[in-house]
Order: sequence, then structure tokens, then C-alpha cells
Amino acid sequence: MSRAQEGNSLVPEWTRSLGAGVDASPYGMPSPFEADVVRKNVDWLTPTRESSVNFTPLHALEGIVTPNGLCFERHHAGAAVVDPSAHRLLLHGMVDRPMTFTLEDILRLPRVSRFYFLECAANGGMEWRNAQMNAVQFTHGMVHCVQYTGVPLKLLLEHAGISDKAKWLLVEGGDGAAMTRSLPIEKALDDCMIALFMNGERLRTEQGYPLRLVVPGFEGSMWIKWLRRIEVGEGAWQTREETSRYTDLMPDGRARRFTWEMDCKSVITTPCPENPIARKGTNLLRGLAWSGRGKVAEVHVSLDGGRNWRHAKLEGPVYGKCLTRFFLEDWSWNGEELYLQSRAVDSTGYVQPQMAALKKVRGANSTYHNNAIQTWHVKPSGEVQNVRLG
Amino acid sequence: MSVWARIMLCGLTGLAILMSPGTEAGDARYEGIGSTASADLIRAWDIDVAANGAGAPPGSGNVADGETVYFEKCVQCHGDFGEGVGNMPKLISGSGTLLDDRPVKTVGNFWPFAATLFDYIKRTMPMQAPQSLADEEVYSVTSYILYINNIVPKDFTLNRASMAEIEMPNADGFYMDNRSSKESFSDFCMQDCPSYKVLGTAK
Repeated sequence: MSRAQEGNSLVPEWTRSLGAGVDASPYGMPSPFEADVVRKNVDWLTPTRESSVNFTPLHALEGIVTPNGLCFERHHAGAAVVDPSAHRLLLHGMVDRPMTFTLEDILRLPRVSRFYFLECAANGGMEWRNAQMNAVQFTHGMVHCVQYTGVPLKLLLEHAGISDKAKWLLVEGGDGAAMTRSLPIEKALDDCMIALFMNGERLRTEQGYPLRLVVPGFEGSMWIKWLRRIEVGEGAWQTREETSRYTDLMPDGRARRFTWEMDCKSVITTPCPENPIARKGTNLLRGLAWSGRGKVAEVHVSLDGGRNWRHAKLEGPVYGKCLTRFFLEDWSWNGEELYLQSRAVDSTGYVQPQMAALKKVRGANSTYHNNAIQTWHVKPSGEVQNVRLG
Repeated sequence: MSVWARIMLCGLTGLAILMSPGTEAGDARYEGIGSTASADLIRAWDIDVAANGAGAPPGSGNVADGETVYFEKCVQCHGDFGEGVGNMPKLISGSGTLLDDRPVKTVGNFWPFAATLFDYIKRTMPMQAPQSLADEEVYSVTSYILYINNIVPKDFTLNRASMAEIEMPNADGFYMDNRSSKESFSDFCMQDCPSYKVLGTAK
């Protein structure tokens, strides 16, 4: 072997060749080595792909921002491709002047940018009866968090002049489901936004391009995508998506309705079933916490299935109604069996409950709003499994 | 008043000027934004029917005609008896109740308003061709689905007036979100807390 050949074997291929030019990838994509970091769906969960959901790969993400292409999707009639030049937003009902807005109109209005999480009310819905999905992507992946930029809904409502008697809005999508929810006026005038951008770029098709309603802290089905109509009225409409769906059946055989706020919740994202522990010694313990009612105030972590707890650190930034990253400082693993749990407390004093406490009130048939503490069983091998303690 | 004067005034009086009756919307603050929506456009887009039947279009439809529509356009997914093909949504719940271990929630035992059924079918059914049904078809197939759930008789005709009068079996089955009064998750323990045992593992 010549000296040159010997040298080459120590210098990797990518160091001995030219890389791709700046015109090779006008819209950049992740490294091909990250091809497994994708949204995934669960085949048996829904009868069609168009009225279905996929899940954010929380185990592979860091910080608090979800990349646009990895934000979970939930459609009721597939993802509509809307031509922005033909799209109109109609605002009518109890207003001084019913109005239509073009995209061009809305793009000229003052904007704000805010980070918010969006969680489907059914996140964790497969876990009510017992531990079922052995992956954090499927137990908790119906949540994402991006920076939205858009026009405050209040601004448009005031522009059209809403009646003093207005109590509710009907918000409607332009997709084949013409998805509709009733929204209380107090929320509409508080922090709702008509979003145009997510994480700095225009909304993705599957997230409602060109207009999506942002309803901070409230269940995801109210964040109407492809927003095309807002009607101002006096009473709730009682649409299918707030009566037969997105209502929470209780053990008394009756159902809670208008359960809008997403309860305070947290989960450890490493270790987790997809992120087993490779070796003893220094390791990371990190996770996400959030609350639809305010900021995450503190997060506690237990290594022994809830017997004893330690305070985790909040990494920051800590925003209201936004994912918050937490971690355990100086954590090492010596090969022992662990039952990992995290427990979040929000700025209203709400404490994330154990599943036993939650089921005591709600039973196992409420489908939606499972915010119970998650347990990961770390085996001596370092493998991690989703288990139910009770 | 000039735009700038209005802006100044807004600053001084807060929302009052924007909210006050008679304010000509569209010229108060954001000049040249939006157009007045025509009555024709509103009529074409305003398809919703509220729980009390408000917004229901003219027309009517009976059970017999609804059966024809159903077997033409709905049966492929919802099945001969409304039982749901495969994992497709069931329209009838059989003998099940909401207290069952795994309750099946359907029009018959769960939906609180008949008008919601009309609204939903009109806006998004059939799934492959949403908003393709004529109002008469929506009325009749809604009648038929109410009929197979034993809510209306075989000779029933649904229209705007009769829609609001239908008493759904589970009309009283809902209450407002009461988490704040029924769930007091505000205490926590840090040391020597109750222990739990493993009840199950994910496969």
C-alpha cells in the first residue's frame, strides 16, 4: 500500500470529493441519514387515510419547535390544496358589515408572531385502558409546536364591527369536511389568530394553507384549517364535531361537552421506547411539558414509578400554551431497572395526575383529553417499554 | 374625520369607537381591506344548520325517498343496516348503551340534535363527493337514518319545522365541561409517595 492509499483510508470519502452545488436542493431536506425521522400513522386506528391522523416523531426532536414537515396531521376529509388567489374568507352574521377578504387583504394587515403548541384532543386516546403503543411517537405524538405568524382574530372582528349581542362564532374550513366548530366570543377576542405563516414560512398544505385559525391552548379540532368562513351568532351551533365527536363520555353515561382547554401534561422523550439507553454512566433524561391554561411552572421526575420525585430543570424559553423542554441535571444510569415518570405543574397550580386518579373521575371511555402521567420501564438491558402502573 | 384622527381617537377611547353601533366597518382603521359580501355569496356559502334548525333550507324529504338515496350513495360505507362496513362509522348502535364497557356512540344513542345530522350530511357526505347532495336528498336521507334508529316513524317527512321538534333519545346526555369543579388535581407528593404496581405493558 502506498503512503497515499494508506492516508486515504483514514480520510473519509466526503473529505476527498466535491459536495453538491448550491443549486442541488433549492428547498433543503434533512440528511438522508435521518430518513427514519418521519410522521407515521397507525393502520388499524381509522378506516380511511383521508379521515385519519399521523404522529409527530417526538423522540427524534429537540428544543420546543417542531419542524413544519414533521407536524402531525389530522384531517377529516384529506388535505385540501387551496389556490390562494381564489380563496376568500367570509365574515358575516352579527356584524355591521358582512365582508369578504382576499389573501392579499389579509397579508396587508398588522401581524403578530407567537409560539403555541397544538394538541389533538385524542392524543393518548389509545392509552386509556392500558399501555398499548410502545412508542412515544404514538402515545404522545399528536402534538406539535411552531411559531405562528398571523392577524389577531380580534382585529378582523372589530374591522367588520361585531354586535354587542354576539356570543359565539362558527368557524368553517374550506376542505371537503367543511370542518366546523363553535368558538366562544371571549376566546375569539382574547388570543386567537388567523395564521398565515408557521416557523417563518407560509403554512404547509396539510396545516391549512393559506389560512388557519390558531386557538391557543384549546383542542386541535378547533384550529380550523383552510379557513374560509366565520359567522358571528348568539348560540353555539352544536356541530357534529362538538356533539358526537370531541365530547368526553363519563362513567355516568353522560358526556362532557365543550372541553376546550388542553390539560397540563408532560412526557419524557429520552429515554423512551425509541430511545433505549445504550450504556451505563452519563446519560440524558429530557422531555416536554405543556399546558393549555398557561405556562409550565415546574416539572418533577421520578425514577421509581412515582414513589420519590426530583425537580427537573426547565430549559427555556418558557412561554404560555407552548411546549416547554425539561431535563434532569447530571443524570447517570448504573444499569438498574427504572420506572420513569414526569409530572408537570402549570401556572394555575394544576398538577398532572396519575392515570389511576384520572380514571377515578373519567373512567376509560372518554376517548379524549388523556393527560395522565406516562411510565417508561427501563430494563437492565437498557431497553425501554411503555407500561401502565396503577 | 381623517384616518389619522380616527387612529388617535381609537388610542384615546380604546375599543369604543370600533365597537360602537353604526361604525362604518372597513373605513375605521384599515383602509381598503376587505369588500362587502354580497347577499348571493353569503347565501351560497352559509350552509350551516344550527341545533334549533336555524339555517335549514326550504324543502323536505321522507323516509321512503331517503332509503333510495341511502342505498345509492351511503350503503357502500355504512352498510345495509347502518352497521358500518369494516371500520366505517356505524349509524345504529344495536342494543348497546353508553354504559357498556366499550360503548358504540351513534345517532340513536348519542347524538343530541337531529339538526346536527342534517348539517353534517349536507356539508360533507358522501365522503367521496361532499356537498353533492340536493337539499331534498339531505332531508330524505336524514329522515331515513332517524328512522333506522327508531326515532321517527316510517311515514315521517323531515323539513325545517319538524327538524327542531325531534326529541333525540340522548338529548339530555351532555353537560358543560365541569373539570374545574370535579377534578382537583392540585396536590403533589415528593417523597415516600404511594406506590403502584405494573398493570400492563405495551406490546
